[in-house]
Amino acid sequence: MSSEAKSAESFVEKPKTLAGLHEGIVSGRTKAVDLAANYYDRIAQKNPRLNAYLSLTKERALAQAEDVDKAAAKGDPLGVLAGIPVGIKDVLVMKGAPATAGSKILKGYRPPYDATVVSRLEAAGAVLLGKLNCDEFAMGSSNENSAYGPVRNPVDTERVPGGSSGGAAAAVAANMAVATLGSDTGGSIRQPASFCGVVGVLPTYGRVSRYGLIAFASSLDRVGPFASNVRDAATMLGVIAGHDSKDATSSTTPVPDFAAESDKGAERLRIGIPAEYFGEGLDPEVGAAIERGIAALKAAGCVVKPVSLPHTRFAVPTYYLIATAEASANLARFDGVRYGYRSPASENLAAMYSHSRDEGFGAEVKRRILLGTYALSAGYYDAYYLKAQQVRRLLAEEFLRAFAEVDAIVTPTAPTPAFKLGEKTGDPQAMYLADIFTVTASLAGICGVTVPCGTTEAGLPVGMQVLARHMNESAAFRVARAVEAAKI
Amino acid sequence: MTAKVTVKDVERVAELAHLELGPEETPAMLHDLNAILDYVAELNELDTTGVEPLAQVSELSLEGSSKGALRADAIRPSLDRADVMPQAPETDGAFFKVPKVIER
Repeated sequence: MSSEAKSAESFVEKPKTLAGLHEGIVSGRTKAVDLAANYYDRIAQKNPRLNAYLSLTKERALAQAEDVDKAAAKGDPLGVLAGIPVGIKDVLVMKGAPATAGSKILKGYRPPYDATVVSRLEAAGAVLLGKLNCDEFAMGSSNENSAYGPVRNPVDTERVPGGSSGGAAAAVAANMAVATLGSDTGGSIRQPASFCGVVGVLPTYGRVSRYGLIAFASSLDRVGPFASNVRDAATMLGVIAGHDSKDATSSTTPVPDFAAESDKGAERLRIGIPAEYFGEGLDPEVGAAIERGIAALKAAGCVVKPVSLPHTRFAVPTYYLIATAEASANLARFDGVRYGYRSPASENLAAMYSHSRDEGFGAEVKRRILLGTYALSAGYYDAYYLKAQQVRRLLAEEFLRAFAEVDAIVTPTAPTPAFKLGEKTGDPQAMYLADIFTVTASLAGICGVTVPCGTTEAGLPVGMQVLARHMNESAAFRVARAVEAAKI
Repeated sequence: MTAKVTVKDVERVAELAHLELGPEETPAMLHDLNAILDYVAELNELDTTGVEPLAQVSELSLEGSSKGALRADAIRPSLDRADVMPQAPETDGAFFKVPKVIER
C-alpha cells in the first residue's frame, strides 16, 4: 500500500460465509438474536464514520431473529437465510420503516407495505437490519448526491464507495451486514461493488420483482444482491428471484438453484473479450488486474476469444437520454400531495407543487428531470428519445450476436478504482463516464456479476464484470467463482 | 439534434416539470444541459434508418417472457385507507387537502 492509502482509515472486514453462519444457526450454536445484536454493535461502531445506514429496523429484526431461534429450538425446517443479517437499500420499501430514497422529498415517509423482495428475504429467514444510504433516487455514481451525506469507502475513507448503492456496497465491505440488496439502473450495483471490493449482481431484466422499488427508469431498473463472495450472492439471488404478479414486467422463467449452479466450475466455458472495453480512458492498473483475471480464467480451462461490440461508445449518451426521460415521468409523482415533503404556505396548488419539488429535490435530480423533460418535449422527441431507443436496439442486438459465440463476456466493471470524495462533483459528465462499462448491459437487459479481481498498487479494489445472456445468471456465477478462486 | 438550449427553453421545461429554478440555478442548468446535449449529439453519427425502437427489453429474453401474460381482471382489495392517509402532509382522513385550485 502507498503511504497515502495507509494514512486513511480502513474498515474492511470480511463477514463469515452465509453457509457457515447458516450451519451455526441450524445447529443452535449460534443464536440469531445474538448475531443480530452483534451486527448492531458493529453498526454502532462503524456507521458514524461510514454513514452507510440511514435508519435501523431493530424491533422488526429482533422479532424475526427470535422467531428463527424458536424454530431452530423446535427443530423446524429453517429457510436458507435463517438468522442472516441483511441490509436494504433505501429505495426499497419496508412497511412502517423510513424510505427516503436518499431524498429530502421523502423525509418522514413511512410506506404502508413491503417490497416483494423484502417479503421473500424474510420468508427465507433473513433478519433485516435497516435501510442503506444511496444517491438521491439512485441517481449518481459516488453516493455524493444523497441528501443525508455521502457514504465513505471502507477500504479508504477519503474515497467514494461508488453509487448509487454506495451504502449497500460499503455495509458488506465493512461487515455491517452479511449481504445487502441494492438497485441497478445503469451500474448502481456493479460499480460500487467494484469500488468496495465485494460481489454485486445485476439480474436479468424481469428476473426479480420491482414491486416496492421506488422507480427511477422503469425499462432499466433492477433489484439485486451484494455479498462478500460469489456463492452467497448466488444464494441471495435464488431467494429474491421469480415471478411476481405485482410486477407486470416480472418473468415466469423458472429459477434455477443459482448457488448449486455456481459450483459447476468454469471449465470449457467460452469467454468473450471485447476490445472496446480496453481502450482509451481505462486506468492502466485496472486493465492489468483484469488481464491477470483473464489469464486465471484460461488456467481454469475457459476458452478465451475476442468478441466485437462496436456500438459500445454510444451507450452512455443513449443511456442518459432514456434514463432521464423515464425519470422525468416517474418523479412526477412527488408533488407534496399524498406523502413526503410539502412546502409550507403556498398561495395555490401549482405553486405548492413547484415549491415542494424545488425544496425537496437536489441538483442532480433536477438536472435529470430537466434533461428528460426536454428530450420528451414537443419537437425533440424523435431527435432524442426515439433515436436513443433505436440505438438501444443496436446495442442489444450486438450482445445477442456475441452470445451466440460465447457463454460470457468479461470486462472491467469501472474504468478506474474508487476516486476521492469531491473529485468529480463539479462535472456531471465526468461522473457519467464512471458508468461507461456498465450502462451497456443495463440497456440490453442482460445479466452480470461483478467480482473482486485484484487491487491497484495503492490497495484499491478492482472489479471484473462478467456478463451473460438473458436468464443465464448461472454462467456469470460460474465464471465469477473461477476468478474469485484464483485470488488475484 | 445540435440545437442550443436557451434560458427561455430552460424556463419552459422547468415549468413543464413543475420545477422552480432559483436565479443562480438557471444559468448552471443551462450550461449543463447544453454540455450534455452536445455530448449526446454523438448519436447523430449513427444511421438508424429503419431500426425499430426498443422500448422494452422483455421481448429479447425469449423464454418465459411476461409478454402477453395478463392477469385476471378481478376486483381485489388494495391498501387500506387507514394505512395510507396518515402519510399525507394534510388530510381530513378521507381526502388529501391542498391549497386553493381556482381563485374566484
